[in-house]
Amino acid sequence: MSLEHDHSAPGKDDLIAARVKALEAILVEKGLIGSDAIDYMSSVYENEVGPQLGAKVTARAWVDADFKARLLADATAACKELGIGGMQGEEMIVLENTDEVHNIVVCTLCSCYPWPVLGLPPNWYKYPAYRSRAVRDPRGVMAEFGFELPESVEIRVWDSSAELRYWVLPERPEGTDGFSEEQLAALVTRDSLIGVTAALSPDAVTAEV
Amino acid sequence: MDGVHDLGGRHGLGAINPEPDEPVFHYDWERSILVMFPAMAMAGAFNLDQFRSGMEQIPPAEYLQATYYEHWLHSMIHYGTEAGIIDPEDLQRRTQHYLENPQESAPKAAKPDMVATLEQLIPTGDDYRRETDAPAKYDVGDTVRVLPQVSTTHTRRAGYVRGRVGEVVAAHGAYVYPDSNALGLGEDPHHLYTVRFTSQELWGDEPGAANSVVHIDLWEPYLTSA
Repeated sequence: MSLEHDHSAPGKDDLIAARVKALEAILVEKGLIGSDAIDYMSSVYENEVGPQLGAKVTARAWVDADFKARLLADATAACKELGIGGMQGEEMIVLENTDEVHNIVVCTLCSCYPWPVLGLPPNWYKYPAYRSRAVRDPRGVMAEFGFELPESVEIRVWDSSAELRYWVLPERPEGTDGFSEEQLAALVTRDSLIGVTAALSPDAVTAEV
Repeated sequence: MDGVHDLGGRHGLGAINPEPDEPVFHYDWERSILVMFPAMAMAGAFNLDQFRSGMEQIPPAEYLQATYYEHWLHSMIHYGTEAGIIDPEDLQRRTQHYLENPQESAPKAAKPDMVATLEQLIPTGDDYRRETDAPAKYDVGDTVRVLPQVSTTHTRRAGYVRGRVGEVVAAHGAYVYPDSNALGLGEDPHHLYTVRFTSQELWGDEPGAANSVVHIDLWEPYLTSA
């Protein structure tokens, strides 16, 4: 078990839950938050805004060279064409993977992440191990996700220290000629959009069915 | 602030341990705290840079052990108290009450105007870019060094690039300057650049960084010509 999951102090989760309820009670009584607002916004990120949106944009870029050119030139505007954008992704920059270049995104100082295309970040992205190692040991980090690249491929790490939000356009997997956008999107994982892995191969997906 | 939050390049923090099929929320209270962020920002308790600064003031040992939303909670209590929204004794008394009555929920009340605001805010967000008359000091292709000194307050001048030499690969225009905004000194916009560092410059010949480069966004006051 990792350091950050080790809630060794007894009752720590209970204490936090109680403290959040206490703060929520204060904010509700002061009219600064609504229970309906909590339900609404949490539901948006649980059900509507998540990595399936980044996958949709990626699949479109794989089948439409003009869209891909627009996405790489101005990701914010290109995503807006598909109705995608907003909070924590006001200005997005997409980084293209090729045979020679592989990109990977991190925020070493906090946990900046492109919410409009990936939703809320997973815990590992927010915790010290990834934030410390991605800039210094990107090959070791990728290896932990089961992904290894030859040394001839240049790794480009992007540390999101300002309000620009970076994400990765993975390479289109081989063996996907004639795939529909929907079939292609199913190969695009959250991790491939962060850059810790590649997109799935079609074999990996059919093997699961 | 040269604090423990400034994690880039530190050793000894273990394996990544991704959680398979991780849920968006692990606890019900995470839903509430997510929405307390816009709620308290709208109430004027903090701006985004102050919110980050508040997380950096968590005692170091606690920072490394706590979950991310606990960082949020810490910053919210810090600024909520400063803004007069929270009375710490009241918060403590209520916390004790919910500890003793764990089945009890926080009181419910609707706030339709906040739902309407969020419906606008989530798909548009906030704008941090600012117009400035000041010309950009650096151009794409320039070689720059990150100044070695650092304030004891909030900054995005990450430790692992301080004193190092890199190349400007993008000039973005002016943006709200976190170092000033976090102190409540106004937006003080400055030009922002993406700077590329070779792994050789940052980490020598360490094998994990072989044939790699690191890009980071840096504001003009962090930089000098090299």
